[in-house]
Amino acid sequence: MQPLVEAADLTKRFGDFTAVDQIGFSVAPGEVFGFLGPNGAGKSSTMRMIGAVSPVTSGRLRVFGLDPAADGRRIRSRLGVVPQDDSLDLELSVEENLYIYGRYYDIPRRQIRARIEELIDFAQLGERRTSRVDPLSGGMKRRLTIARGLINRPDLLLLDEPTTGLDPQARHVLWDRLYRLKQDGVTQIITTHYMDEAEQLCDRLVIMDRGRIVAEGSPRGLIEAHSTREVLEVRFPVGELEPAGPALRQVADRVELLADRALLYTSNADSALAETHRLGLRPESALVRRSTLEDVFLKLTGRTLVD
Amino acid sequence: MPLPGVLRVVEADAVVYRRVWKGSAFSSFVTPALFLVAMGLGLGSLVDRGAGAPGFEGLSYVAFLAPGLLVASAMQSGAAQGSFKVMAGMKWDRTYHSVVASPVGTGRLVGGHFIWTAIRMLMVSVIFGGVAAALGAISPVAALALAPVGMLIGLATAAPMTAFTANRENTEALTAVFRFGITPMYLFSGTFFPITQLPEWLQSVATVTPLWHAVELARRIALGHSSALPAWLHVGYLVLLFAVGVVLTQRLFSRRLNV
Repeated sequence: MQPLVEAADLTKRFGDFTAVDQIGFSVAPGEVFGFLGPNGAGKSSTMRMIGAVSPVTSGRLRVFGLDPAADGRRIRSRLGVVPQDDSLDLELSVEENLYIYGRYYDIPRRQIRARIEELIDFAQLGERRTSRVDPLSGGMKRRLTIARGLINRPDLLLLDEPTTGLDPQARHVLWDRLYRLKQDGVTQIITTHYMDEAEQLCDRLVIMDRGRIVAEGSPRGLIEAHSTREVLEVRFPVGELEPAGPALRQVADRVELLADRALLYTSNADSALAETHRLGLRPESALVRRSTLEDVFLKLTGRTLVD
Repeated sequence: MPLPGVLRVVEADAVVYRRVWKGSAFSSFVTPALFLVAMGLGLGSLVDRGAGAPGFEGLSYVAFLAPGLLVASAMQSGAAQGSFKVMAGMKWDRTYHSVVASPVGTGRLVGGHFIWTAIRMLMVSVIFGGVAAALGAISPVAALALAPVGMLIGLATAAPMTAFTANRENTEALTAVFRFGITPMYLFSGTFFPITQLPEWLQSVATVTPLWHAVELARRIALGHSSALPAWLHVGYLVLLFAVGVVLTQRLFSRRLNV
């Protein structure tokens, strides 16, 4: 099957600053594809190029097999876009926002009316359909923005940081909606700096840092390739972490000393903890957990995702 | 065929307007009525006891004022359309960003913005003309004939204003434009008294303001009074301002929305 998006040596520069630096990737139909990276990694710039809103500086980009520079309008008519900042018309009602947007896609009025029913249902906004958007909660606004992005039944949905700024409960509601879309076969590209979001939603993802792609794979595959099965997190009283470093390195395959804690990468975290105690180290607290994409990011870039 | 996308933007503006039309129509009805009654009839009763302005002898003040006030109001509405509405789309609600992400795109967004502005300017001018005619300040025929002039000055103000607002980050500069540009222009471009009453150096400043050209044009139409310059020059000047504003808007919108 032809990929929906294909990029090679894709680059975006703003003056002297290179936001996206010769990246390559492809997205297949039906897939949920992620860009994971910290703020400023070049994720949003990449999304805007795919969305045929921001011109490509150099390299090759094809969306639905079309060149955004030549066929921007045709590309945009088949895309659904969920921007990070919602950009809804706050003076208008939930329905009116969907209606106006549907008209931008030249959908006949009658058809929009029917579509609005489905989308209000999907976004769980039935009780607020005639309310103004301004007073709605962040989660409701974001669900409306997603509904708006689906008004034209897009072949590809672009979601830029879909849950940034939402409380945990609203995030879970949103994830559930996105999962439903995935089951309906809607191809999605998601940018996020939350490793749990990437793990939950993405079939496949690339990790971006400073405009470059540093790794690519499925969440599980990336963890297997770049991290150990388990992680032991230990905290020490102030000033004792640094001196404990050399001893900790004896009990694990790899140790990361962060500002407030040490991460010990090992296949068996419980026995590593026992070994730590045997060496006479007394951590204030200890946590045994599985490796996550955060660990992969830390290994590949030497930095944490959210600072 | 770039028309449908442009009309979609106009349609969206109309949907937004439907939400606020009562307040907006009320103020575009009441404001001219208040001004015409207070300035035209109230103040005018004093003015009419004087000698009258050179060239306007025998004309009542309200008849002198009404055509100029109509275009001055349209100028103010145009400035508002080109500033706060643009600021909302670009920065506050960021609705322009979602228009640009749709098939509509930046060029048609700009086209729709100005078509909608033209419609609004025509509306405020027709309402003003109706009020002025009802108060007997102007003949009904002249009221209708002035509507296109109101639209033209509205657009000639809105277009450069839109371009100016396109890359603003806050309203500081806009407030300054209103305080030091729009309000003085409103007061000193021949609306309330002929600019021949001004000191000479201010007269030449007044003649480059778009409003002076619109006022001259309006008085020529409503009163048959001949102006210093031929009508085509007034029209041409206003059309030129509008055209330059549109071209700049196109460029600046694209620079901000398609980065």
